[in-house]
Amino acid sequence: MARIPDVAWASKALRSPVTFSLLAGVVIGGLFLVGTGADPLAAYGAVITGSLGADGIDATLTTLTSVLGMALALAVPLRAGLVNLGGDGQMVLGGIAAAVTGLYSPLPPSLTTVLALLAGLAAGGAYAALAALCENRLGVPLLVSSLLLSYPAVSLASYLVRYPLKEPGSSLPQTRRLPTGVALPVLGSSTVTVGLLLVALAAGAYWFTDSRTAVGYEIRMTGLNPRFSAYAGVDRKGLTLRLMATSGALAGLVGAIGVLSFPYRFLDGSLTSPGYTWTGLTAALLASAAPLGTLLASFFFAVLQVGGLAMERTTEVPRELTQVLQAIVIVFLAARLRFPRRRPATAGREPVTQGEPA
Amino acid sequence: MFLDSDLLMSVLRALTPILLAALGGALCERAGVFNIGLEGLMLMGCFTAVTTSWFTGSPWLGVLAAAASSAAYSLILAVGAVTLRGDAVVLGVAMNLLAAGLTSFLLRTVFGVQGTFDDPSLAGLPLVGGFSPLTYLAWAAVVVTAVLLSRHVWGLRLRGVGEAPDAAATLGVSPARHKYAAVLLSGVLCGLAGAQLALGNVTLFSENMTAGRGWIAVVAVMLGRAMPLGVLLAALLFGIAEAVGFRLQGLGLPQQATDAAPYVVTLGALFLTTARRRGRTPRTTGSTRSTRSTDPSGVAT
Repeated sequence: MARIPDVAWASKALRSPVTFSLLAGVVIGGLFLVGTGADPLAAYGAVITGSLGADGIDATLTTLTSVLGMALALAVPLRAGLVNLGGDGQMVLGGIAAAVTGLYSPLPPSLTTVLALLAGLAAGGAYAALAALCENRLGVPLLVSSLLLSYPAVSLASYLVRYPLKEPGSSLPQTRRLPTGVALPVLGSSTVTVGLLLVALAAGAYWFTDSRTAVGYEIRMTGLNPRFSAYAGVDRKGLTLRLMATSGALAGLVGAIGVLSFPYRFLDGSLTSPGYTWTGLTAALLASAAPLGTLLASFFFAVLQVGGLAMERTTEVPRELTQVLQAIVIVFLAARLRFPRRRPATAGREPVTQGEPA
Repeated sequence: MFLDSDLLMSVLRALTPILLAALGGALCERAGVFNIGLEGLMLMGCFTAVTTSWFTGSPWLGVLAAAASSAAYSLILAVGAVTLRGDAVVLGVAMNLLAAGLTSFLLRTVFGVQGTFDDPSLAGLPLVGGFSPLTYLAWAAVVVTAVLLSRHVWGLRLRGVGEAPDAAATLGVSPARHKYAAVLLSGVLCGLAGAQLALGNVTLFSENMTAGRGWIAVVAVMLGRAMPLGVLLAALLFGIAEAVGFRLQGLGLPQQATDAAPYVVTLGALFLTTARRRGRTPRTTGSTRSTRSTDPSGVAT
């Protein structure tokens, strides 16, 4: 895209819906800051220094691990026009599977760690595949089936860590700490784990599949025009199943990484409460699920999320503002962008909302 | 015994917010706007209702303000999806996120608390015959919506706009105007649902207190095929699941099992209704696309 960075390109970038939405988000966020009596420049400065400075960079990269992982998980089906709203459930099941494997596997620690990661992948993938089967076999739209399946999964995990798997004697709803050695190694002297590399590897694999393989082409084609791709012989149901399984596996991986990093256990709510699923979905939407864009958007939101804490410390503006900012960006983007085909499940609606004369 | 008047009361209490929101969703669905922002609209209603009731001391003003603020908030969907023709699903997801962020942010800036705002002097809605007045309003709204959609000329035009906007436009019926009206009405109804939740069922505001009820309302619209009576039955099902779950919790069932119950029941009900319809040709809405073989048999229509 940026091969000839001339003036025309710069002006096109400025007029692109993404730039417009980001600017709108920053400006409206600034108005909120003024409204609460804070200096917007100081607040935004605190966001930058708090997230990219020496004190914050570790936290930003750790957050990036989860956000990018979830963004990839949601981008994979989104590329074909499918929306997976069940990321929370898939992630939590991945986390629980990793925790159980970590606690009860008889293998040596390093092998157990690998096994726990695989268990997380498998649990998340299988659960998301179930949502795909609901659409393929039972005719329940994917958007709804994935979302509805998410709640029972989160409840199940919450139940498990409160009763059967609860750490004896602890007042918190959490499992026992994983045995020594069952953990992802950290990178150098930082607190960032190898999980970041795993997620980066997944991003690389997504980029390669998307731009260099026949499957990637089929996926993009389905996203742009499912009728044409069906005509061209793409097996839609099979594709849905495979994409959802991949998506869930990535979400499960994020859960497993979360459990295999500090605090090395499954604590109820610790995976879902930071809102990685929704941040990830926002990042994937912002980038239209394009691989490089998803990476950049995830980094942007990781900076916002961590920087929001620093902003709260220095300016006393609640950190929830960053969530508002994030949502504003996506509201503007959704209104400006027209996705050609996004919802196979609601196709009956679509000609109405988009094909109507103004 | 199990089925007593207490249980019936709690079914009706649990039902009211879902029913109000789902009726709003059904209107949008009939007008051809897919509204999955019900959760966010309700949450805005909850917050406005509590804030207004707290500062004015009148829960009635709280109800009015909730309806007004949610209607204003629904303009995001109306402008975004109808005028700018953006993607309604993405807009809905964004509206839910924005409402969650905005209410948490305002909870901290206005009340200076995090999590839950709860004060004994916060005025809730009075009970009339054991229920909040909004409960009766919800039942009345079912009748009004049903008559509107099946008998009244405006409702018939609304359905026409949803099923064949081009044809409606040719006949001089403005699709945009009817869609705006449907979305704004859904805002009002969701605002009332939020007020019922925050000033009727309980008297407090807590972060994300809608807890998926808006999503359940979205599913109730699908399950009830966007018909007021169908929506009522679907909402009743969730009301029963929630109330019975709560009762079972008292009998020693873990809370997590009862939390999950409404969603599992919903999914089961969706399976059953779609399974029954399988094999039949999908309902055509006058568009070529809905007859595609890849379509799941018209669940969303």
